[in-house]
Amino acid sequence: MPKIKQDSSIDAGEAVGIIAAQSLGEPGTQMTMRTFHYAGVAEQVPLGLPRLIELVDARREPAKALMDIYLEHEHRKDAKMAQKIASEIEYVTIGDLCSVVENFQKKELRITVDTEYASSKGIKTADVVKKMREALGKEGKIMTKKNLIMLRLNSNCQKMRKTSMKIRAVQMKGIRGLARATIIKDEKTGEYFIRVGGSNISELKKVDGIDFSRIYTNNIRDIEKHFGIEAARNALVKEIKQVMDLQGLPVDIRHIMLIADAMCARGTVEPVGRHGLSGGKFSVLARAAFEETIKHLVNASIRGEEDPLNGVTENIIIGQTVKLGTGKVRLAMKE
Amino acid sequence: MDFTEKKIEKIKFTLFSPELIRKMSVIKVTVPDTYNEDGYPIDGGLMDQHMGVIDPGLRCKTCGGTVHSCPGHFGHIDLVRPVLHSEFARIVAAMLKMTCSSCSRALIKKGKIDQDMIGSEELLSEMRRAKKCPHCGAKQEEIKFEKPTTIMEGKRALLAIEIRERLSKIPNEDLEVLGLDPESARPEWMVLTALPIPPVQMRPSIILETGERSEDDITHKLVDIIRINQRLEANLNAGAPQLIIEDLWELLQYHITTYFNNESANIPPARHRSGRPLKTLSQRLKGKEGRFRYNLSGKRVNFSSRTVVSPDPNISINEVGVPQYIADELTVPISVTSWNIEQCKELMRRTEYPRVVYVTGKDGRRRRLMDKNMQELIDSLDVGWVIERQLMDGDPVIFNRQPSLHRISMMCHRVKVLPGRTFRLHVAVCPPYNADFDGDEMNLHVPQTYEARAEAEKLMLVEDQIVSPRHGSAITVPNEDHLSGAFLLTRKGIKLTKDEATKFLGAAGIYELPEPGKDGLYSGKAVFSMLLPKGLDIEYKTKLCREVGECSKGSCPYDGYVIIKDGKLLHGVMEKKGFAGLLLEKIFRDHGGAAAREFIDRATKMSVYAVTHFGFSVGVDNYHLDKKMREKIEEVRAKGIKEVEGLIVKYKNKTLERLPGKTLQETLEDHIMAVLGKTRDSTGALLKDYFGQENTSILMANIGSRGSMLNVIQMAAFLGQQAVRGARIKRGYRGRVLPYFKTNDLGAYAKGFVGSSFMDGLTPTEYFFHAAGGRESIVNTAIRTARSGYMQRRLINALQDLYADDDARVRDADGNLIQVVYGGDAKDPMRAKRL
Repeated sequence: MPKIKQDSSIDAGEAVGIIAAQSLGEPGTQMTMRTFHYAGVAEQVPLGLPRLIELVDARREPAKALMDIYLEHEHRKDAKMAQKIASEIEYVTIGDLCSVVENFQKKELRITVDTEYASSKGIKTADVVKKMREALGKEGKIMTKKNLIMLRLNSNCQKMRKTSMKIRAVQMKGIRGLARATIIKDEKTGEYFIRVGGSNISELKKVDGIDFSRIYTNNIRDIEKHFGIEAARNALVKEIKQVMDLQGLPVDIRHIMLIADAMCARGTVEPVGRHGLSGGKFSVLARAAFEETIKHLVNASIRGEEDPLNGVTENIIIGQTVKLGTGKVRLAMKE
Repeated sequence: MDFTEKKIEKIKFTLFSPELIRKMSVIKVTVPDTYNEDGYPIDGGLMDQHMGVIDPGLRCKTCGGTVHSCPGHFGHIDLVRPVLHSEFARIVAAMLKMTCSSCSRALIKKGKIDQDMIGSEELLSEMRRAKKCPHCGAKQEEIKFEKPTTIMEGKRALLAIEIRERLSKIPNEDLEVLGLDPESARPEWMVLTALPIPPVQMRPSIILETGERSEDDITHKLVDIIRINQRLEANLNAGAPQLIIEDLWELLQYHITTYFNNESANIPPARHRSGRPLKTLSQRLKGKEGRFRYNLSGKRVNFSSRTVVSPDPNISINEVGVPQYIADELTVPISVTSWNIEQCKELMRRTEYPRVVYVTGKDGRRRRLMDKNMQELIDSLDVGWVIERQLMDGDPVIFNRQPSLHRISMMCHRVKVLPGRTFRLHVAVCPPYNADFDGDEMNLHVPQTYEARAEAEKLMLVEDQIVSPRHGSAITVPNEDHLSGAFLLTRKGIKLTKDEATKFLGAAGIYELPEPGKDGLYSGKAVFSMLLPKGLDIEYKTKLCREVGECSKGSCPYDGYVIIKDGKLLHGVMEKKGFAGLLLEKIFRDHGGAAAREFIDRATKMSVYAVTHFGFSVGVDNYHLDKKMREKIEEVRAKGIKEVEGLIVKYKNKTLERLPGKTLQETLEDHIMAVLGKTRDSTGALLKDYFGQENTSILMANIGSRGSMLNVIQMAAFLGQQAVRGARIKRGYRGRVLPYFKTNDLGAYAKGFVGSSFMDGLTPTEYFFHAAGGRESIVNTAIRTARSGYMQRRLINALQDLYADDDARVRDADGNLIQVVYGGDAKDPMRAKRL
């Protein structure tokens, strides 16, 4: 067969960074901005361009955090166990369980416990009263009648509103930040896992019955903090890939890996931009040409900084050959 | 060609000392004025000819150069009182905070400093917090910085003169502790005693149509500075009261602050007579239109042209049709060697296109070739000269369409000079450029050195970019009619007579016939096979595959499985997935870019012939429904509406089951959206059956040449639910979107369901809903372009210096290792198999 033997290795000197940046940036113009429905978590999770920007920014908190929690090996196919853990970790406040109605004339709060919902969480009206008392300290008088709790207050409207907000926020159960736990069956392995909105790895450490090593969150910073930079890098690759796949925009994984590696190269996850990769460059000219021109020039001058002129922008600025690709090598005539 | 070795090795940034400012100054500027009544630069004024010249005919009094050769020279003014440099004021304040107010030593004991600690935040903050000097024991008052240039000590504002005095007492060794390089920047230099005056070239005055001169903003500002400086001097000499002196001093400070930065916080910007804020030094440098981004990172070029593009399927994808007008104007330099000197002379003798426009001798003098000097120049032509000839067929040029989002937005084409006024572009290269022909303009650049030409041809030629580096699939691909044509030709049962087959092949530039079939006729597949390279073997499922049961491969009833053996199409038809994808990529990878280019060139031409031969058109008839079909569609629609009504009833009597984590109302909306979406999509199958596979719209949707089933549905059946923010349209009046509905009507039609088709036309309310949905997508596009543009700029800036070295290690400009092996396998995404 007449085949052209093609070497598929990367060429020496190839500007792989630029290609990677373009490969992620160009499809950005074709992406949708809409939010997306995630299986299970009935919430709008930003995907597409906003999520991609969030990822390259290495934000501390994603707009909508999500966690996948897997169970210990022996319970992995036990839906009941999953349900139990789910209800254990789901963050429930008094506001979730009860309807809180203010009556400013009578200066009282009528708090009606949704008994059906509460008992599904294993919470009794008495528990609510107890937690309320703890939160209120010495304030107000509490009267209970079946599932109705009356709180008499002796304060003005503003303070009453404040108190009612405070009561609503009182934690009854679960882990702070984790809401709407749903049990999902992995069709491939037949195993059950819990998908929950919010991210809080450190608290989950204390929960029994979950496989901590398999815990997953879409909050890259959380992964970095608890599982290290390599895990964060892998999570970055996975998340970016997922964004592109869901949009139906194919991008070679090598580009994504390079971006993730560049973001993690200094040992911490650094954002792409002036406070991260671009701001940390050695070259004064490259930094000045990107953003905050004056600041960089001023600071460079007092420290007597030198620009070694190795990068792309610097050489374009001074009109010299860029040291990439064919500019990286020099040719000599054979004698 | 001489090699340009790297000339600039590094650039060091430092501060000017007053001594250096005076030393490099060519003149002390003393007159706060520019030109005299005769329009001649005033001696000692801001336009003094020692600082360079901008008027043609004058010569620089320093270097003797003219407008073109004199680079300009700095002058200076001596400030009678020192003034803080506003951009350094914050740093000065920090210096004062960290040094003793009486002995000017760094506020830390010698022994406490460890070499590693220098520059560390703890060390700096310890010095900042010190209340007492560890050297002389003096109590330290709190130093506070107020923007832009005020430094308070306790409750008293420090005078620039005191600041300067304190700073100059800081010993060099202490400066290092403070994070300054004493060689480059003594802190007292941040308090100005002399101000450099930039050369005239940097602030040229322009002559208005009225003949008046209009000075540059910088010159205006300098006039102000000199004027105030002189007034301050006069008052000082006259022994004016302290109050007046301080007022003038402050005014001088203001002018100098705005001279450096006219956008500093807490001070009003200096304005031009017309009320426009002046553009001073800082404004010149920063931002998108500043010196860095506008002039240094991006430069204007010569040897380029721009015009509208139009399609031409008859040229190669490697070519670009260049209008004669442009070819006349653009030139290519040719080095004269002993091998080509005769051809060069031949070319020089020509008086018509293509002719030589310029001749450059060994002395470097460039002369225009004209009738009268032609013979003289031809006679003196010698090896080592350079002639510049007009652009000719085959010259490599770089073609580009903005926005240049990826590298295939700039590719090398070969020139094909054509009549007309537009650039001609092969339709298959539209996708990489994202070009269409609704008025798009494109740019063309002519490389001017042999290296540049070689690189353009070897690295950027279109045939080498058929596969995108982004994902390793083909991007320079046949589309629309080219796909339809290839499909029509290769489908089952196409038999061509010898006469017809010859025409098909001739259209593609092939002048031999394949073996005829037993009946003496030529099958479409056999004719198409003539385009394929010999030795090509490939099998794949096409878009037409219906995924019913086990794949019957070669005996697929829909011709949905392609089998090509040794360059012969045995089974299956051409459609998007193969013709513009798998097949093309296979040819590109196994047979090379040139073979792939040839395939596209010929196949598209044959397809165009096929489309015209078989005939292919779309019309209103494509979407006409008879009465029975209309009723069927109506039935589907009514069923959907009824289902929605059922949901609403369930919602109202609260029997609707709530989805986890959603309110009842959200649940209802979700269900309704799903039901209506399903209703619309279900008409697709009905329409497919009704119109049949031969309906051109359905056919195009099937083979992927244009449009989709959704388009057919919306034209023939109905538009379906319109959405804003991913939900039914709900904003408007209280409880209803438009006043034509009852309040709190949750029904489909009241919330943006469009039950009419484009064929029937929309009712007024439907039209409104459709417009609302349409507007959202326009707004989204506008926002998206801005956001993704900035993201891409950041990505490029962050990653632009990364390269793979010869061991496929990825490094950045500072030498840091980013990846040990590029992509984990050292493979090029463009050439390796897709992952």
